[in-house]
Amino acid sequence: MKIAVLSGKGGTGKTFVSVNLACAAESAAQSNLNSVYVDCDVEEPNGNLFLKPTNIKKSGVNVTVPVVDNTKCTGCRKCSDFCKYNALAYVKDRLLIFNEVCHSCGGCIIFCPQKALKERQREIGVIEEGISGKTTVFSGNLNTGEVSGVPIIKELLPKLPDNGSVIIDCPPGSACTVMESIRQVDYCLLVAEPTLFGVHNLSMVYELFKLLKKPFGVVLNKCLADEENPSEQFCKENRITIIEKIPYDKEIGRLNSQGLVAVRENGTYKELFERILDKLVKESLQ
Amino acid sequence: MKIVIPAETKNKDIPVCPSFGRTPYFALYDTENGKYEFLDNTATASQGGAGIKAAQLLVDNEAKVLITYRCGENAADVLNAAKIKILKAQDGTVQENIAKYNEGKLAGLTEIHPGFHNHGGNQS
Repeated sequence: MKIAVLSGKGGTGKTFVSVNLACAAESAAQSNLNSVYVDCDVEEPNGNLFLKPTNIKKSGVNVTVPVVDNTKCTGCRKCSDFCKYNALAYVKDRLLIFNEVCHSCGGCIIFCPQKALKERQREIGVIEEGISGKTTVFSGNLNTGEVSGVPIIKELLPKLPDNGSVIIDCPPGSACTVMESIRQVDYCLLVAEPTLFGVHNLSMVYELFKLLKKPFGVVLNKCLADEENPSEQFCKENRITIIEKIPYDKEIGRLNSQGLVAVRENGTYKELFERILDKLVKESLQ
Repeated sequence: MKIVIPAETKNKDIPVCPSFGRTPYFALYDTENGKYEFLDNTATASQGGAGIKAAQLLVDNEAKVLITYRCGENAADVLNAAKIKILKAQDGTVQENIAKYNEGKLAGLTEIHPGFHNHGGNQS
């Protein structure tokens, strides 16, 4: 079962929920099934701060960009006219190529009548694979200054097993990298906090789920008893399944600040996350 | 010699448009005859790299000087390759900026920003 954990707004507790779900799955899985945690928040992957994986294997992620042979280029501009992202410009008898703007479609190379453009590989980040307890940890890392993390997520997802429990820690927002991360999942779990900003971004991700027809539910994080919760109101108004409410608890804050996993340290939270996992299995089978 | 200035409308009596890459028009002033022409900026609707495309438009129209409030790295790379001078616009209309240029009162644009919408970066 593949579960994507998303948030809309950043800082609502995606990584907290993802890491703890993966560790809850590790005890539930009884060693015969996989427990896998995948950090697709490639601009700032931080699940490894809690899981502290060891035996790390690294592999580079490349994208294809064009490289020009200026002696063959006649300045016909078929390439730059074709490029929707304006990654090519022709100035003073010379073709300029802007790699960071290039989306690697390869069209410029195909259209060049002089065959003056060739493919070149350019590394934009790395994927790390390690182990934490019984959980396999994948982490995508986009290099600083790169525009899009999509190629890294595209390379991460085929590495995941089909059986067992796979928890995908998504980037915040509802843009390309999020869509790529949830494309193949069985269920989407949204982590929401009780703020107006939180509910605004929750509503944006809600629109995305409806568009992609993905089954989903919400975990309400940082809940204060007897306090107004705009995210809870939004869920009730839109008949969105509330999977669980996690309290605004100093103990969680203490464990997180020390880089510890609540499920591995605290019996109450172990039970809570096992309960969430149980509900997710049932929900995704519906 | 041709001088270009980003403009919201086809009018020399309006303030300089704060955007370079996505300005609707460029005012094109010809120092030879003192006349204005207005270019449609074909880059405005670009999904990305608007600055690069707008700069290409200026290169193709043989501009020698650009007067603008701001300019991104990628656009500056194109303009520099074509040896187009980038000057910093001052508050006032398009025409007033041309007057200031003629008096030699415009300085070079020193802050080249790394690009908006995360499309900044280096060229190869």
